[in-house]
Amino acid sequence: MDVIEVRNLRKRYGDQVAVHDVSFQVAHGEIFGILGPNGAGKTTTVECLSGLRTPDSGSVRVLGLDPRRDRAQVRERVGVQLQESQLPDKIKVREALDLYASYYARGTEWQALAGELGLTGKLDTTFGKLSGGQRQRLSIALALIGDPRVAILDELTTGLDPQARRDTWQLIERIRDRGVTVVLVTHFMEEAQRLCDRIALIDSGRVVATGTPAGLVEKVSAEQRIRFRPSAALDDRDLLDLPEVTAVEQHGGQVVVTGTGNVLHAVTSLLAHNQIVAAELRVEQASLDDVFIALTGRSDS
Amino acid sequence: MNSFAKLTSVEIKLLLREPAAVFFGVAFAPILVVVLGSIPGFRKPVADLGGARVIDLYVPVCAAFVLAILGVAVVPTALAIYRERGVLRRMSTTPVPPARLLGANLLAGLAMGLVAIVALLAVGRIAFGVALPRQLLGYALALVLAAAAVFALGLVVAAVAPSGKASSVIGNLLFFPLMFFAGLYVPREAMPHGLRQVSDYTPLGAGVQALRDASTGSWPHATHLAVLAGYLAVFSLAAARLFRWE
Repeated sequence: MDVIEVRNLRKRYGDQVAVHDVSFQVAHGEIFGILGPNGAGKTTTVECLSGLRTPDSGSVRVLGLDPRRDRAQVRERVGVQLQESQLPDKIKVREALDLYASYYARGTEWQALAGELGLTGKLDTTFGKLSGGQRQRLSIALALIGDPRVAILDELTTGLDPQARRDTWQLIERIRDRGVTVVLVTHFMEEAQRLCDRIALIDSGRVVATGTPAGLVEKVSAEQRIRFRPSAALDDRDLLDLPEVTAVEQHGGQVVVTGTGNVLHAVTSLLAHNQIVAAELRVEQASLDDVFIALTGRSDS
Repeated sequence: MNSFAKLTSVEIKLLLREPAAVFFGVAFAPILVVVLGSIPGFRKPVADLGGARVIDLYVPVCAAFVLAILGVAVVPTALAIYRERGVLRRMSTTPVPPARLLGANLLAGLAMGLVAIVALLAVGRIAFGVALPRQLLGYALALVLAAAAVFALGLVVAAVAPSGKASSVIGNLLFFPLMFFAGLYVPREAMPHGLRQVSDYTPLGAGVQALRDASTGSWPHATHLAVLAGYLAVFSLAAARLFRWE
């Protein structure tokens, strides 16, 4: 069952069209990524999902509800963490959790949530004294405090250090494991590739592709590149004779084989047959970055 | 506790954690009463003032000071910061509308103001024998109207200020003329006739006179109450029109 259904969404501010035509569906229990460069219309899209903006045209359904008309119900069931929404500097973590829990009819036991998000030791710390990662965790806690069915998380890891980013990723997976459908807005390709079950790639207010990260990559480039350092000399021709191999390069003792399909298996079998050991073996696949560039013709991810 | 009560109690705590808000909003006016009352000449009846003492005139001015500092400086700055930092935006994604936060913030400011005014009345009475308001109902009405008018003006400030800093600057710029006409620098009784007439039509000129009349036992003048009600209506409308949530 689709938890979110967006059809031909269009939103304009003055004569600036932020969203031209966006459609996608999100299934129950998915981590769905809305991916695209800054200014692509991602935030406007999720603001329409959250009922903060009224679309000029098109339809939005969240849990079968209209976020504008069924405002109250959507706000009870959809937890939102918006980009750049902070708290007063002097509010303590405990006060913020307690306060936001009181906003919801089904307020959860915030103590358990705080524990899960590693905030228990920080309950008496004020927001102004929290680190970036701690603020982000509190923000997630506030988005989840009403026990939502859907969590919309906008640019969650922007400005976090790599460790905090990784911790946040694990957290999002745990949220999904609780049965919450997650909509993740990001401009980090790596984040989307690592976390998302499916992705809508948005550019200039339009969806340019939808699919699984692997599916998108395959669609754009089925090629893989294998690099290794053979223990003995290797003839280019032996490699090129393999049907899966499309190109071979050798320089400085390093071999780079480009191919499609199960090229890795074909190459390693050949090496094993010739009793050659491949040192420093690397397999490179196209990434979402490549997908983005291929689909938009631009490289500013 | 329901969410609004919780919100209000958090807003009060947050205000109390701002040293500048506590000092200027609560402590300053009672201290001003002490300072002015310590000047011997201010404690002697003056024939030109109809036998009143200068300190008697200044107690309502100090009450107006509390309303002005909280109404146009402290509260709007807090609200502008809330908007600037996306606190209102975050709240608009929850079942509780951000207007409640506005309400809670205003209520917290008013509660603080009430404490300060009760404190300065007590200080004036105990230390300098300034009579407590004799027309209590009239005093309460004048205070409520003046507070509402000034806080509504503060909402207009919060509405037009693009940032917390801007709001603080606008608030301070408004504070001085408001308090000038309220008689902080020259008491209304000592103002030239023309100036005093202008003062009658400013929010805190009218407010101070209404408080002063009620203090001495008469019902506040209808003109002053009407001026306050007029400002309240105009500022509330403007604030409602201009206020942006993000």
